[in-house]
Amino acid sequence: MRTDPLFKPVASEVSSTRTVALTFNDQPLSVPAGSSVAAALLMSGISRLRATPVSESPRAPYCMMGVCFECLVEIDGVPNRQSCLIEVREGMRIRSQEGARDLIFQPVNVQTLEVPS
Amino acid sequence: MSQQIQDVTQAQVIVIGGGLVGTAVAYGLSRSGADTVVLDQGDDAFRASRGNFGLVWVQGKGHDLPDYSRWTRSSASRWPGFAEALMADSGIDVQLKQPGGFHMCFSDEELLERQSRLQTLQDALGDYPFQMLDAAELKARLPLIGPAVVGASYTPQDGHVNPLKLLRALHTSAQANGARFHAGVHVDRIDGAPGEFCVTAGQRRFVAPRVVLAAGLGNPGLARQVGLHAPVAPNRGQVLISERVRPFLDYPTINVRQTDEGTVQLGDSMEEVGFDDSTSTEVLAAIARRGVSTFPLLRDVRLIRAWGALRVMSPDGFPIYQQSAQHPGAFVVTCHSGVTLAAAHALRIAPWILGGAMPDELGVFSGERFLTDKVFSHAH
Repeated sequence: MRTDPLFKPVASEVSSTRTVALTFNDQPLSVPAGSSVAAALLMSGISRLRATPVSESPRAPYCMMGVCFECLVEIDGVPNRQSCLIEVREGMRIRSQEGARDLIFQPVNVQTLEVPS
Repeated sequence: MSQQIQDVTQAQVIVIGGGLVGTAVAYGLSRSGADTVVLDQGDDAFRASRGNFGLVWVQGKGHDLPDYSRWTRSSASRWPGFAEALMADSGIDVQLKQPGGFHMCFSDEELLERQSRLQTLQDALGDYPFQMLDAAELKARLPLIGPAVVGASYTPQDGHVNPLKLLRALHTSAQANGARFHAGVHVDRIDGAPGEFCVTAGQRRFVAPRVVLAAGLGNPGLARQVGLHAPVAPNRGQVLISERVRPFLDYPTINVRQTDEGTVQLGDSMEEVGFDDSTSTEVLAAIARRGVSTFPLLRDVRLIRAWGALRVMSPDGFPIYQQSAQHPGAFVVTCHSGVTLAAAHALRIAPWILGGAMPDELGVFSGERFLTDKVFSHAH
């Protein structure tokens, strides 16, 4: 879901005007370099990042500091990633996390991805 | 300087301890119409009820003490009705599932030891169903099992619940039946006079003709004050919690289970490390390794939490149930299987506390059995 963004970068905190290109559910977005995935999505007007595993209700980022696990998304084929803790990168393919991860039927490319340190 | 007593609460029964044991007993008492007060210490207590694994487990228990097996099974067989009663009183579904449970074995020796233990139980009890499964038979039942598992034992009465929902359901159900909860009560003293106990906690006082000690690791000190012996000590278990994943495991096992909401819980460590409920990398790594050996698809699962919690363990590992001879009306109820035994605590212990006969399995569980020089250990 995309709406008018409620979030804007604080001008005094922006060190660069560089942007990176990525996609969310196949929709191309241009977002500020250096921001977290969660912040970039919120600034792009996206507030539904996932559906919960139990009731499938929509969720947006909440704590923005790695505690609440509300901001889970799939990034480059890896499910259930905390988008508030991950910096945007050029070409990232982000998908909303639709319910619980499936361990039995996994995307084929999960094994080949490096885990960012 | 004597403290000014500002507040006196009268009741028929005082239950000291608001965990799974105390609230199960209080639920049973309140359902029987007894005016019950529950005193809960607070978050400074070592709350075993917040850290456990959630199994309703029969398998292998009491192989060296058949009365413990009988007692455990009497609770497991009452669990379906108990869960329905909790649902009716609280509206909370504790997610009881009793499809039977598996204990995985990783060597032939382990498998033989397992078979011998369960056969001993069957010989002692007669009606004690179990199955031993080799790797192929197990694979047919649990297709995702790993090649390191050489076989498993299965007993049909085993199951699991969501232990946090259970604790909440017990609190809500007891209160729906009139039990009164007092939180943040740190008991200083119990004074026993004929026909009356007076529990002092700071400036508060609670008075009743009966008192039940269900305070977990707080029981040894309280028991002493009413002529009981309850030498329980901490035994640490560590637990790993995964991200939520789609259902892949329909049965509880001794070391891996999947909750109703998709979380995978891994555990089954036992350590004697005193009052230390922290975690250690070494033990968590062993738990993870065993979990991945059991179900290799867990290799990629993301872990989101780990914790340690302290079991309330008596020297021989069995519960302590006893009424004080010196102060009749004072009872101790303490065990480390607060989930499995919740139904028995509510439905069989509560009537005993209210003056009924002691359930006949319980004769062997008095605290005096520990007044010997024997040394016990439960680390593995």
